[in-house]
Amino acid sequence: MKRSSIVGAIVPPLVAVLGAMAATSLVIAVSGGSAVDFVATIFSVPNERVLITIINQSAMLSLSAFAAAICFRMGLFNIGVEGQYTVGACAGAFFAGSGLVPGPLNILVTLVVAMLAGAGYALIAALLKVGRGVSEVISAIMLNYIALTMAGYLVARYGETSGYTYVTAEIPPSSQPLGFNLFPNAPGDVWALSTLAVIVGVGYWFLMSRTRFGFDLRATGESTSAALASGVSVGRMVLIVMALSGAVAGLVWMPAFFGSVHSFGPPENFQAGLGFTGLAVALLGRNRTIGIFVGAVLFAFLAGQSNALQQEGIAKEVVDITQGIVVLAVVVAYAVVGRRRAQAEQERVARQLDAEREGVSA
Amino acid sequence: MTSIDLEARGIGKRFPGVVANHDVSLHIRPGRVHALIGENGAGKSTLMKILYGVQAPDDGTIVVDGDPVTFATPTDAIAAGIGMVFQHFMLADNLTVLENIVLGAEKRHGIGGAARQRITEISGRFGFGLDPDDLVETLGVADRQRVEILKVLYRGARLIILDEPTAVLVPQEVDALFANLRELVADGCSVLFISHKLDEVLAIADDITVMRQGTTVGTADPATATKHQLAELMVGSELPSPQTSESTVTDDVVLELRDVVVTDDAGRDRLSDISLTVHRGEVVGIAGVEGNGQSELVEVVMGMRRCRSGSIHLDAEDTTRLRTRGVRERGVGFIPEDRHRHGLVLDYPLWENRILGHQTRRPSVRRGLINRAGARADAQRIVEEFDVRTPGIDTTARALSGGNQQKFIVGREMSGEPRLLIASHPTRGVDVGAQAAIWEHIRAARRQGLGVLLISADLDELIGLSDRLEVILRGRLTARFDPAQVTASDLGQAMTGGRDA
Ligand SMILES: Nc1ncnc2c1ncn2[C@@H]1O[C@H](COP(=O)(O)OP(=O)(O)OP(=O)(O)O)[C@@H](O)[C@H]1O
Ligand SMILES: [Mg+2]
Repeated sequence: MKRSSIVGAIVPPLVAVLGAMAATSLVIAVSGGSAVDFVATIFSVPNERVLITIINQSAMLSLSAFAAAICFRMGLFNIGVEGQYTVGACAGAFFAGSGLVPGPLNILVTLVVAMLAGAGYALIAALLKVGRGVSEVISAIMLNYIALTMAGYLVARYGETSGYTYVTAEIPPSSQPLGFNLFPNAPGDVWALSTLAVIVGVGYWFLMSRTRFGFDLRATGESTSAALASGVSVGRMVLIVMALSGAVAGLVWMPAFFGSVHSFGPPENFQAGLGFTGLAVALLGRNRTIGIFVGAVLFAFLAGQSNALQQEGIAKEVVDITQGIVVLAVVVAYAVVGRRRAQAEQERVARQLDAEREGVSA
Repeated sequence: MTSIDLEARGIGKRFPGVVANHDVSLHIRPGRVHALIGENGAGKSTLMKILYGVQAPDDGTIVVDGDPVTFATPTDAIAAGIGMVFQHFMLADNLTVLENIVLGAEKRHGIGGAARQRITEISGRFGFGLDPDDLVETLGVADRQRVEILKVLYRGARLIILDEPTAVLVPQEVDALFANLRELVADGCSVLFISHKLDEVLAIADDITVMRQGTTVGTADPATATKHQLAELMVGSELPSPQTSESTVTDDVVLELRDVVVTDDAGRDRLSDISLTVHRGEVVGIAGVEGNGQSELVEVVMGMRRCRSGSIHLDAEDTTRLRTRGVRERGVGFIPEDRHRHGLVLDYPLWENRILGHQTRRPSVRRGLINRAGARADAQRIVEEFDVRTPGIDTTARALSGGNQQKFIVGREMSGEPRLLIASHPTRGVDVGAQAAIWEHIRAARRQGLGVLLISADLDELIGLSDRLEVILRGRLTARFDPAQVTASDLGQAMTGGRDA
């Protein structure tokens, strides 16, 4: 039982990845590229620099995925993670750059500011939903556009010029945490705040499976009517959960901000798109803690390896195809495995019954 | 018209951890009403779903008019002249009777005049009395059920399968349904139905098949069989005889409603000036035809609905503005009328369902944290005390038979020594043995001082369990009876407002 459930959790994503690789290879072959080169490059051992990138990107992707997953578990689709982390990043960067709080404490307070900003921004969509019945998906899509535009405006208005673009003031050196220097010979560190992903991941697991709040949240996602009858105030839950999701979203870009960029200014000094990718990672990981980490690593790995594709004359964007197919295929694969397992179980019961009958007649 | 002769031979069906059907054989002869009876979890619903093509059997054959058939989907079954009405109706509230019936069967008679004519014709022939242009949301349960049956007939069914059709009906409605069924049978249709009410079975059935533990254990002749014999066949043992009980009513008020008014979104009154008290150790029964304000009454007490005026007190505390969680925390158990929508998270295992509604209380939760060991142990206790037939507490609620789901909910809502129990149809869908057991649980708790507000369509239950009966009609409490004195026909008249159905 235990073993078969572990197999059931691991086999589908594995099959999905292989399927996605095969499909992408086909696309490349059909469009005249070399599928062999593609597979060989993707599965080559990444060099140290790429490895560090993969770790850091995994951290940010999993933060974004946890933000999305908090809402998914309650049946809410927070497509606004993208906007919320943009707002969180912008607010955090302005605050950190101002140097209002000295030294390492600045980091901590900045994280709080970024979370509050993300939560506040998410609350707009939540309030519209609870108060006016506006779908959180529609409002969040609009809010995503507003967030990026507004951040750009604020930086242009109150930031500093840097070459051709505007950025926020750089963080004082006393507030720049040291990273982990995994490979002394390679450039770059694993960012200090990449550890946030682990903290949030453990927190997510604990919240969902061990607390009453998590129970209420999941029950609402499974059956709103039953949750209502059990005493959950669904409207209030929507507000709290969206705010929580927004708060986590506010953290998404903080590892990069404190670890390497040190100022905020889209498009150069900001990595957009993490919110949308996070949604896909949450889907891929089926909103489970381990699943999200695995999914984030997989996506970061594909993206990290894609740079090397260009040397083989293959556009690096093909990994977007792979990522997309993985998400799709994993949904199908889980369904198939689920049905297989039910069938196997039925056959086991049937054999048992036959054995019992023979035992009786003997 | 053609009739159907259906035979099931050696049907088997297995689910994870359970054998739902094995070696099931059944012969439904044309022009007969065939009743299927058996304990909760005996496999009755499973057999029906197999006959209707919802589930595929693992072994065995279905023979229609001498030819073996296989149904991959209900569409195949319908093509063979078999139709089914599920216990949970599947009608669109905001469509008319005509639209509901024609939906998905547009090919038969179109959607216009021909369809209307056909519906009126069927409705007239079998005495349904339905108007094709009525909105379904304005219809009561009994009429909705007729719409479901009409829907099946419209699609050409000659064998009609009904899963516990009488569970939601009051006695007059049951009589009316049976009259409809007799018309159908006279016309050559056959009917297969499940019921846990053995009186009804004896009254209507031409043939009876009994199931026990997944298999058919025998048939009975309704002309000669008695209720007790049937019960024994079902359970395999003697039926516990109902106990007489002396009153345990005290003077302490547990629940008091004063002039409660509830309106719906459109501003119409759903409850008008309801005043009601329940004392410690008292069972107050609410009798009424479904849809006369019972749901609203329950919801307003449970804090799921606000009252426009009036007040609600639990003990001496004003709880009018309290929400559901607050009401539950004050020791109110709640058995909802729709167990699938309000009673369970169907995809959760039983032990997690134990927590539902008790999220702020021990043993399932402590200081905001889920106590797995506590919840599991208590779920196990409920399974044993209330005889819930399940492979284990890790089984999902969905996998339990209807009656066993109900037993689990009753057990859960009676745990933690509630002081008030709001019970809507507490024994709906449970077999006679389990029904007696649940009644005994309620009586025992009442002796300990539990107050109960009991809503039921089952007059035996109302009369047998209540210390006082109130009749609800169009949102008002219109009459009060002493259950020791009242007769079923008095009560029936009061429930329908003096009009005999
Ligand atoms: N989808 C399912 N998955 C797993 N087990 C199931 C499923 N459906 C039914 N069962 C099991 O099969 C058995 C028979 O269930 P079924 O619903 O046929 O009983 P029933 O005779 O209709 O009982 P009731 O009178 O309580 O409605 C039960 O033990 C039930 O737990
Ligand atoms: Mg059933």
